[in-house]
Amino acid sequence: MNVVITRKDLEKIDHCLNRMVSSSFANFVLLIDRSGQLIAHQGRAPDVDILALAALTAANFGATAEIARLLGEEEFTLLFHKGRNENVYFSAIGDHSIMVTLFDDKTSLGLIRLKINQTIDELSILVSAIFEKGKKS
Amino acid sequence: MPFINFSKDEIQCKIVYYGCGFCGKTTNLQYIYSVTEEQTRGKMVSIDTKGDRTLFFDLLSLNLGKIRGMDIRVQLYTVPGQVHYDATRKLVLKGVDGVVFVADSLKVQRKKNIESLINLAKNLAEKGISIRAIPLVIQYNKRDLDGGDSEILPLEVLEKDLNSMLKVPSFSASALKGAGIFETLREISKLVVKDVSRKIMFMDKPQVSVAQGETRDG
Repeated sequence: MNVVITRKDLEKIDHCLNRMVSSSFANFVLLIDRSGQLIAHQGRAPDVDILALAALTAANFGATAEIARLLGEEEFTLLFHKGRNENVYFSAIGDHSIMVTLFDDKTSLGLIRLKINQTIDELSILVSAIFEKGKKS
Repeated sequence: MPFINFSKDEIQCKIVYYGCGFCGKTTNLQYIYSVTEEQTRGKMVSIDTKGDRTLFFDLLSLNLGKIRGMDIRVQLYTVPGQVHYDATRKLVLKGVDGVVFVADSLKVQRKKNIESLINLAKNLAEKGISIRAIPLVIQYNKRDLDGGDSEILPLEVLEKDLNSMLKVPSFSASALKGAGIFETLREISKLVVKDVSRKIMFMDKPQVSVAQGETRDG
């Protein structure tokens, strides 16, 4: 299976992520696949290795999914880490990808959650279509 | 599962270093990190225990340059080798495009090498991947111990144990001293890029013309 992201696919994803950033006042949003590969990102990129962030996020999500299974849950669909300055919100986007939202105290967790919920469905359809295309190849 | 991004002209691949505990997977990555230039590599990320054992994985991202205008970026991962970390190994194998199996040449590790290779085949099969189909390279590590106090297995024995059925490219190496490390990396990268190019060729997409060019190079 290959995952092919065309320019058109990426434009649609970028548009979606961009809207998420501007409406939620988040600092940075990235979309990764569950094996840790970076798909897209929008917003003010933090001064960190984004590829490493993507890989660690996928690992974190995978490890938590194992905890969920141990507890008899199918999966935890969201994770939230609160820091002193920066907070991170991880949300599962369908079966294939994860959206990571970095935000600080300029916005609120409630607004972030609301905007993420509004974004998830649209992104999920876009990402599923890309992965379905890959399965057929 | 390679990621082919036609918008950024980039192909991202995942290569996993697999093998039993203390065989030298992390040392492979540390050596690569220590001798590659900063602009071609990303940060080395390690999730390990205080005893220097890999708890989850090590990660090193490398830029292999361009093939027909497409940037080839590989992410090198290691897995924890200890038997009881099997769930973690399965997680790291997700989306893998190529595997380097690092075998420990020490005689006392003979059984563990074989068990680890069987474990790799089993974990790949669970993901619907055949060990015979995926790009795979075997590295016989710790060859520098030859002639020392520790008894090591002759290459013929290791080949017979691990590679008699698979018949994949194999390399002698010393991860600590750097011998054979880049030969291994070069070969697995070549196999992965070739495999990705072949897969792209079969795709009925308008981008095929870009991708076909890579095959001639790859």
